[in-house]
Amino acid sequence: MDELLQLLKQNALESPANLAKMLGMPEEEVKARIERYEANGVIRGYQAVVNEDQLDLDLVQAVIEVKITPEREGGFDRIAERVGKFDNVDSLFLMSGAYDLLVFVKGDSLQDVATFVNEKLATMDGVLSTVTHFMLKTYKRHGVLMHTARTDERLKVTP
Amino acid sequence: MNDSKSPRNFIAGHLRDVPRSGIRDFFELVDTRDDVISLSIGEPDFVSPWHIREASIFALDRGATSYTANLGLIALREAIADYTRRSFGLPYDPAAEVLVTVGVSEALDLAVRAVTEPGDEVLYHEPSYVSYAPLVLFAHGKPVAVSTSPDEDFRLTRERIEPHVTERTKALLLNFPTNPTGGILTRRDVEGLAALAVERDLLVISDEVYSELTYDDERVSIAAMPGMKERTIFLNGFSKAWAMTGFRIGFACAPPPLIEAMMKIHQYSMMCAPVLSQKAAIEAIRHGDADVRHMRSEYRKRRNFMCASLHDMGLPCHVPRGAFYAFPYIGEFGLSAADFALRLLNEEKVACVPGTAFGASGQGFLRCSYATGLDDIKEAMARMAAFVGRLRAAPAT
Repeated sequence: MDELLQLLKQNALESPANLAKMLGMPEEEVKARIERYEANGVIRGYQAVVNEDQLDLDLVQAVIEVKITPEREGGFDRIAERVGKFDNVDSLFLMSGAYDLLVFVKGDSLQDVATFVNEKLATMDGVLSTVTHFMLKTYKRHGVLMHTARTDERLKVTP
Repeated sequence: MNDSKSPRNFIAGHLRDVPRSGIRDFFELVDTRDDVISLSIGEPDFVSPWHIREASIFALDRGATSYTANLGLIALREAIADYTRRSFGLPYDPAAEVLVTVGVSEALDLAVRAVTEPGDEVLYHEPSYVSYAPLVLFAHGKPVAVSTSPDEDFRLTRERIEPHVTERTKALLLNFPTNPTGGILTRRDVEGLAALAVERDLLVISDEVYSELTYDDERVSIAAMPGMKERTIFLNGFSKAWAMTGFRIGFACAPPPLIEAMMKIHQYSMMCAPVLSQKAAIEAIRHGDADVRHMRSEYRKRRNFMCASLHDMGLPCHVPRGAFYAFPYIGEFGLSAADFALRLLNEEKVACVPGTAFGASGQGFLRCSYATGLDDIKEAMARMAAFVGRLRAAPAT
């Protein structure tokens, strides 16, 4: 992956001036490349990595395994797109193995998620079955450990 | 008081006269301070990758708590031989030409002791890592410093070193990429040094512990030059490339008689490197290429940032092409390197090691390590810029 994208994935708030220094290129070029990535859709947005467990939120998250029948001509894509349009759905993947779609959903309550599964997802044409797993605790998200504080064990001066 | 009873008099003369490392003095100064940003740490800020730590934990769980063969676990020596072949084009026989040591530090000590007789001269380049001259003195040899210069990117050329070669010169100690300058050797430099070593029948001890942290150039080991394998002790280790300093694990590769001689000292003084560290090293060398690539890419960005920042401050700094140190020139302010470092510490709470800790030719320079998180580097560079600005506004008298 382009080093500029790697740096932005680590810290999207990094200033173009600092990015330019790190990459050894002019600041104007950094800005132009970011604009290009935004225009062609490689960069889809910028988000904070939030430890939601630390907030007192009424938030319920679940992972749902979904088996579906692929449609003639549409394949998996048409059903996947329909599922993905629901606001409850956070992430959605087509999988190899025992099921087809893996759906990450969030809701305000257990009831909210259950309603989504029972009324929207399970009843959709082409959906054969669902298995829902509720998430209990987040240890790591987007490569960031949520409960570990990093300490520097090194001596302050070493040869 | 009868002076003959002073404990000091028991200490061997050749040791008594060796000063302790300048790093040590600076450490004691910095260690008393809080909220100092330290750019004076000569080790990675990364923790050893988890799969490497896990391999060591697994070994401990399985009861790996014994001695190993003096030379080291054969599985590790085989992995090392495989690594030197694929990375440097250097084939070594794991049965007789590889010795696993307690860090490269031990390997260096063994190499120097194995070949130095009283009065032998050992050439090394300066500014240099703090151990080279003392280890030669401990072995009753005579260390001969050859200075390198930022005008030549702190490289070492045949032209620089040749005037210092005498009848008594036994060995040439090389450390490229260099701590503290980040200098490297070009292929041409290596060829020149190799030709000199062959012509003057010199042994070369090449400490290449930073070789994996070479950023823009091909890595050339002097051991791989024609006629050099038989007169080179190749040293390398896991500390820098895999962020494994605390494991204390390194290795030496050399022709069987030299390894045998080094092994004798190792056998009677150290027995073997710790088995858990050897297990971790096997995992690192077999499955750790991606870790090295990742860390190298991080260091490279930090280097670029630090060099650009120093440049913005108007401090001349050659671009370090390896290791993780920038070595800017701070001689314009009329302050010694030590005074500059001290004032920077007192006034801005940023710790950098004065160049003189790495030999007299480090006067006027500062070692700034970029083995530190980017946020700290940014803040340290901002503080240093403020400090330099004040110095320029009110020059020292």
